[in-house]
Amino acid sequence: MKRVVGGVALVLAQGAWACAGPSSAPPPQAAKTPPPVASAELRTPAFFEATFSDRAERSRALFLEATRVLLHPRCVNCHPAGDSPMQGDPPHVHDPPVWRGPEDRGVVGMECTSCHQQHNLELARVPGAPTWRLAPAVMAWAGQSAHRICEQLKDAARNGGRTLQRIVEHAANDDLVAWGWAPGAGRTPAPGTQALFGDIVRAWVDSGAECPAEEASR
Amino acid sequence: MTLKLQVNGVEQTLDVDPEMPLLWVLRDVLNLTGTKYGCGQALCGACTVHVDGRVVRSCVTPVRRAEGRAVTTIEGLSADASHPLQRAWIALGVPQCGFCQAGQIMTAAGFLAQTPKPTDDEIDRSMAGNVCRCGTYPRIRAAIRKAAGIADE
Repeated sequence: MKRVVGGVALVLAQGAWACAGPSSAPPPQAAKTPPPVASAELRTPAFFEATFSDRAERSRALFLEATRVLLHPRCVNCHPAGDSPMQGDPPHVHDPPVWRGPEDRGVVGMECTSCHQQHNLELARVPGAPTWRLAPAVMAWAGQSAHRICEQLKDAARNGGRTLQRIVEHAANDDLVAWGWAPGAGRTPAPGTQALFGDIVRAWVDSGAECPAEEASR
Repeated sequence: MTLKLQVNGVEQTLDVDPEMPLLWVLRDVLNLTGTKYGCGQALCGACTVHVDGRVVRSCVTPVRRAEGRAVTTIEGLSADASHPLQRAWIALGVPQCGFCQAGQIMTAAGFLAQTPKPTDDEIDRSMAGNVCRCGTYPRIRAAIRKAAGIADE
């Protein structure tokens, strides 16, 4: 059975009102209700272009769509809140137990590449991709709101010193990011495709790289 | 396909599938059976060896990853069981059934090479992926401390 994800516009409106506070809240109005999308799919930038005439509102909606990838287990499992990655879907703590170590590549004797190769091992079921490692602690996404993830991605001190353009390139082309859509047997791929994800991130940047309100959700 | 690698100080030229697990090369091609097959999924640590001094699980490591590199197995850790860890293992009678112990020692050797005076917490974290069904963990930790020259508590 296909799972569907609800309307972006509706949750955006709720988030915007909550952020504005009671004194400045706009009068209720009918929220746009985009058609639901299957959990394995991503909406296209064209959809957001057609649905949101306001550039900033469109940018925020695009970022929320991107979080459907960012917060997918294939991505967030290695952007953990603590020092140990998660695995599986639903996520559970990595087994055998491992820690990020001083360079986010494990501790001596239990380095990521002690087991993970540059490609998935279909028989042993060990996932792998080039430069397999944990995201730095400052890039923790698990348990974070879309707003906080957005602010982190835009902060050069917490995004690996990347410009927004480099973030687009990272999303669209990075080999480790690509693994999210080819995770091997028994793991649900991230929604859509890496190319479409890159297009969404590019459209978010091109529309001003606006961040959703703290209360906004996917 | 021909691959060249060094195993325990000896140059080897092998005509094997480059995707063959290093463990199979060690055990079935080179008859170095000290390294054990446990789970085949990098979950137990019985197959642990070193590649250029780095600890790897040989059951999931394609042999091509070791091409042009130096592989060390339990047989090559010392010529006469004189490595400090081997001496400590013997002195404290660490093994019970013994099946996991080669992997335990190889992980510990890689660990001590980079962490000569470890804390108990560091020992536990680095050894966490080496499983012992006999439960010899307290003796393993004690032997690592002994090999590191850390006084008993």
